[in-house]
Amino acid sequence: MLWKSAIARDDRLRTPIQEDPEPALNHIVFERIQKIYPGGVQALHEVSFEIRRGGIFGIIGRSGAGKSTLLRAINMLERPSAGRVLVDDIDVGALAEPDLVALRRRIGMIFQHFNLLSAKTVRENVGLPLKVAGVPAPEVRRRVEDLLDLVGLADKADVYPSKLSGGQKQRVGIARALVHNPEILLCDEATSALDPETTHSILDLLRDINAKLGLTVVLITHDMAVIRAICDEVLVLDGGRIVEQGEVWQVFGSPQGDATRALLRPMQHGLPADLAARLLPEPPKHGGHAVLALRFTGETHPGGVSLASVLALAPDAKLLHGGIDRIQGHAQGDLLLAVPVAAMRSAVGARFSPDALKVLGYVANDV
Amino acid sequence: MSPTMSERYLRAFTETMTMVSVSVAIAIAFGLIFAVTLVATAPDGLYPKPKFNKAVSVVVNVFRAIPFIILLVALLPFTRFLVGTTLGTWAAVVPLSIHLIAFYTRIAQVSLNEVDHGLIEAAHAMGFRRWHIVRHVLLPEALPGIVGGMTVCVIAMINSSAMAGAVGAGGLGDLAIRYGYERYETQVLFEIIVILVVLVTTVQFGGEWLSRRVNHRR
Ligand SMILES: Nc1ncnc2c1ncn2[C@@H]1O[C@H](COP(=O)(O)OP(=O)(O)OP(=O)(O)O)[C@@H](O)[C@H]1O
Ligand SMILES: [Mg+2]
Repeated sequence: MLWKSAIARDDRLRTPIQEDPEPALNHIVFERIQKIYPGGVQALHEVSFEIRRGGIFGIIGRSGAGKSTLLRAINMLERPSAGRVLVDDIDVGALAEPDLVALRRRIGMIFQHFNLLSAKTVRENVGLPLKVAGVPAPEVRRRVEDLLDLVGLADKADVYPSKLSGGQKQRVGIARALVHNPEILLCDEATSALDPETTHSILDLLRDINAKLGLTVVLITHDMAVIRAICDEVLVLDGGRIVEQGEVWQVFGSPQGDATRALLRPMQHGLPADLAARLLPEPPKHGGHAVLALRFTGETHPGGVSLASVLALAPDAKLLHGGIDRIQGHAQGDLLLAVPVAAMRSAVGARFSPDALKVLGYVANDV
Repeated sequence: MSPTMSERYLRAFTETMTMVSVSVAIAIAFGLIFAVTLVATAPDGLYPKPKFNKAVSVVVNVFRAIPFIILLVALLPFTRFLVGTTLGTWAAVVPLSIHLIAFYTRIAQVSLNEVDHGLIEAAHAMGFRRWHIVRHVLLPEALPGIVGGMTVCVIAMINSSAMAGAVGAGGLGDLAIRYGYERYETQVLFEIIVILVVLVTTVQFGGEWLSRRVNHRR
């Protein structure tokens, strides 16, 4: 099998860190990490959290929140001003250069702008990390071939990166990041420069790799759909501080912080502008419709909602707008309904909790 | 028996080619070493040594600032020490090389500084040692600029070597001055200009072709 290849067991690629027979649950631990850049910008304020082994961990936050600074502390591309980062209980900041180099070979990284060497072919780009680590050429060749197969670029081995599309360049980036058989993969906006379809295929590849190799993936993105599609856990950063952290379905279903709500807003099915403009706080004197929001937070209706219970509100209830996603097995989203005021039974409260079904307002006449 | 005119041309041509090729070779070797040193020891470089960096930079600037003809005179004792004489082609190679080292150092330094910082960062992330980064990232990525700079150097040297006639180094420029200027033989002057134009054009096109060959950026 590809992943049992000889290189993985090569002594040169070993780090001084011994593998536990029973690895700890937490793979990466941040302990009160601070970062103050020269010039005085405080990018991180005492950030502490853990990243579980084998999961896909997302970091979100607005521009300048400190996401990249945080990610780059894991392999010391950016040294924190205070605090510790532990990878497998090893204090990364305390390692001398040879040990840090060895650790970095166990941590792959991919970048928004791919960062491929323009003067080297795809094959040379992927193989170079092994070459500089002293792996013999025939082994490098085998390993590169395996990896190019994995990312679907076997036919581009001898092409220079300038001849590749963005998606293909990122596949080379991924192959290169995996060449040392790392246990951790860091992705800083790895799909931000790609179109939606290519993004999708790269995400599939990442999920595949995560499942096959069991490596821990830490990714930064501005695209909430990426988090929803592949992450297990998500951390929200704002102004260098943690706003919240948790399972994706929990954080997305009931966001606690303002920053989180702001980030998630584009994903939500809010009230359409034309309806919002006509919305009245009180029912009109005659006729009219009530506009209701049926909320799926992942906790409110764990097993979905039966259509019968919707119809029980009123036989001619209408679906107006919205959508439901299934995130990690939890239904999430909003459905907007219109129910004639006259026909609306008082049974609303009996069937749905006020959290799950909200009256947003009323419109005169038809919707 | 005095040499024929065509023998004089051939000798002058050989002298020019010797001065240019030897001093360019020396300048590229040392210029690259200085350029890598300057880039690597810069405050944000791979081996930051700000004071040392500043000192090297000042020395390079001093040699950049001195006009070649003055450098030629100022270096006479050093030239005598190095080649045992202050006259002839080989004596001219010394000031030519030193003049050119400073020039080429700056050209190569600019090319090395233009290497995308993201590439250096990626190399760190992949577990490259620092000298791996110099060897496999900085130098290959800067190669198109380094080669382009060599072309500029060769052409600058063809020009400067004309002045080396002042120390009896001979060469095409010297021939042009002695016959064309001092003896009013405009025919000689004209012929040498044609030779120089052909030479410079060939070097320019050759250099551009080579630059394209090593550039894979597009
Ligand atoms: N090298 C640097 N020198 C000085 N300040 C910096 C440096 N790098 C980042 N900063 C500052 O630190 C803060 C956090 O930057 P960081 O790059 O971590 O943000 P980010 O969340 O990754 O943003 P983005 O989403 O735009 O990539 C910002 O205010 C930024 O201006
Ligand atoms: Mg960033």
